[in-house]
Amino acid sequence: MTVHTSPHQWPAEGLTRVPYWIYSDPDLYALEQERIFRGNTWNFLCLEAELPRPNTFRTSNLGDMSVVVTRDSNGAIHAFENRCAHRGALLCLLPRGERKEFACVYHNWTYDLAGNLTGVAFRRGIGGKGGMSPEATPERHAPRKLRVEVLAGLVFGTLGTDPPPLEAYLGPEIVRGIRRVMRAPVRLLGGYSQSLSSNWKLYMENTKDSYHASLLHMFFTTFRLNRLSQKGGLVVNQNGAGHISYSMAADVAGSEYEKAKMRSAQDGYSLEAPELLQSVDEFGDGVGLQILAIFPGFVLQQIRNSLAVRRIVPQGLERSELVWTCFGFAGDDDRLNELRLRQANLIGPAGFISMEDGAATGFVQRGSRGAPRELSVLEMGGQGTSSEESRVSEAAVRGFWKAYREHMRM
Amino acid sequence: MNIEQKLAVEDLNARYAEAIDDDRLEAWPDFFSADGRYLVTTAENVAQGLPLGIMSATSRAMLRDRIKALRQANVYEAQRYRHVLGTPRIEAANGTLRARTSFMVARIMHTGETILFATGCYEDRVVLDEGGAHFAEKTVILDSRVIDTLLAIPL
Repeated sequence: MTVHTSPHQWPAEGLTRVPYWIYSDPDLYALEQERIFRGNTWNFLCLEAELPRPNTFRTSNLGDMSVVVTRDSNGAIHAFENRCAHRGALLCLLPRGERKEFACVYHNWTYDLAGNLTGVAFRRGIGGKGGMSPEATPERHAPRKLRVEVLAGLVFGTLGTDPPPLEAYLGPEIVRGIRRVMRAPVRLLGGYSQSLSSNWKLYMENTKDSYHASLLHMFFTTFRLNRLSQKGGLVVNQNGAGHISYSMAADVAGSEYEKAKMRSAQDGYSLEAPELLQSVDEFGDGVGLQILAIFPGFVLQQIRNSLAVRRIVPQGLERSELVWTCFGFAGDDDRLNELRLRQANLIGPAGFISMEDGAATGFVQRGSRGAPRELSVLEMGGQGTSSEESRVSEAAVRGFWKAYREHMRM
Repeated sequence: MNIEQKLAVEDLNARYAEAIDDDRLEAWPDFFSADGRYLVTTAENVAQGLPLGIMSATSRAMLRDRIKALRQANVYEAQRYRHVLGTPRIEAANGTLRARTSFMVARIMHTGETILFATGCYEDRVVLDEGGAHFAEKTVILDSRVIDTLLAIPL
């Protein structure tokens, strides 16, 4: 065992080792908020379809900070800190809605949909008494505005002082992967959240871990929805921040699982109602599954015809909220809509192939709690972070840590 | 609605909750008619008119698949529920009964940790025939949009 005396010193082995203090050090949590979530990263805020008309809003998050995302009367999208210039109270207390301005409930200071302070109650006092001096400039303390970019119906925001343009941050493969799924105007199907008893990073590692998918999620494997012997691949972008794991829908699998007598290759399990797995090749490329994740906290999911965006919201060192929004497209016919709703059984907190993720991250949190100086091992697929054909690889997880260390200057 | 109908719905509710809480999940699909529908969703989705479910089934066969998966494929820590049901409000119309019943469900983990896991209401359509009372439709509307960790056992 290597003993690390300074808690913020990364192990000498590099990206193949992750120290467990990374999930349990309270000082790191605050530093991550500043350097990652409020730093030079692009954070997914919401679907453009969640702002369906002028003068609509949606609250979202930049890490554990609340932000308001709006579409103004001209249709332009803005995002700003959900914090009143006066005393710091939340400006907007609702998840979504329609309005032409925001008024803080505490002292009725008002803001336009771009986050500009437009009114201070009793600024000149009443009857010549009270109020603020004419020299006062409360506007200087107005909520910070995010830089916003919309890519194929996905709204991203950043508070960074020097972020690259969104498409440069993502790289061409990731942009292609986004455009592949976001092929038409979105129709919302609904959403829910999962409260996870783990640090936010454990969930993002989970989504970037193509190695676990068919081993933890036995439903997947048993029904040949995704076996690592299926044709597919792993794409990791240059800075490690984005990845795509994909597999073809058709099963050309061998018998590696059966030979190794894996728990996940049980025989004798067939569905009485196999229509659950009925799907259509709506993208016309035979890809049955594409998981695309972007640092720090965004996932775009295509599992057959089940499409969703997920974002992770840190809620303290050992608590995160995973926000799911499922969607189809405005042009979907009844049949496709029905398939999407039925396949929703595969995903989310009760998902046949995803419920385990909610628990697995907590198992790591609990299992590693007493071992801050021990290291986890990430050596599947070598030591690098490059794209490869095999999904028996932790290249995308190493990519996550590459991006993490860069932003944390660690 | 007559008193027999009211008693039949209350009895169905009580037996339904007891089967889940006693881990007799294999009996769960039989509380539904053969083409019975089951949907777990959130009050937020319902208020927005959005159709997405957290769990859904459109036949007893799909409900049996759900239990088979729980028993054989899905991985989750040992846990139990305790349902507490309110008095159903029942309306009879066109040969079926519509029942609305509040519920609270505590989740008891193998570690002993007990939390208030879910609250909400059942919006049910109940049919009475020779075979007894069955759910033709059961919609579980959760008050909160947040599920702690996972939802393995049905509500």
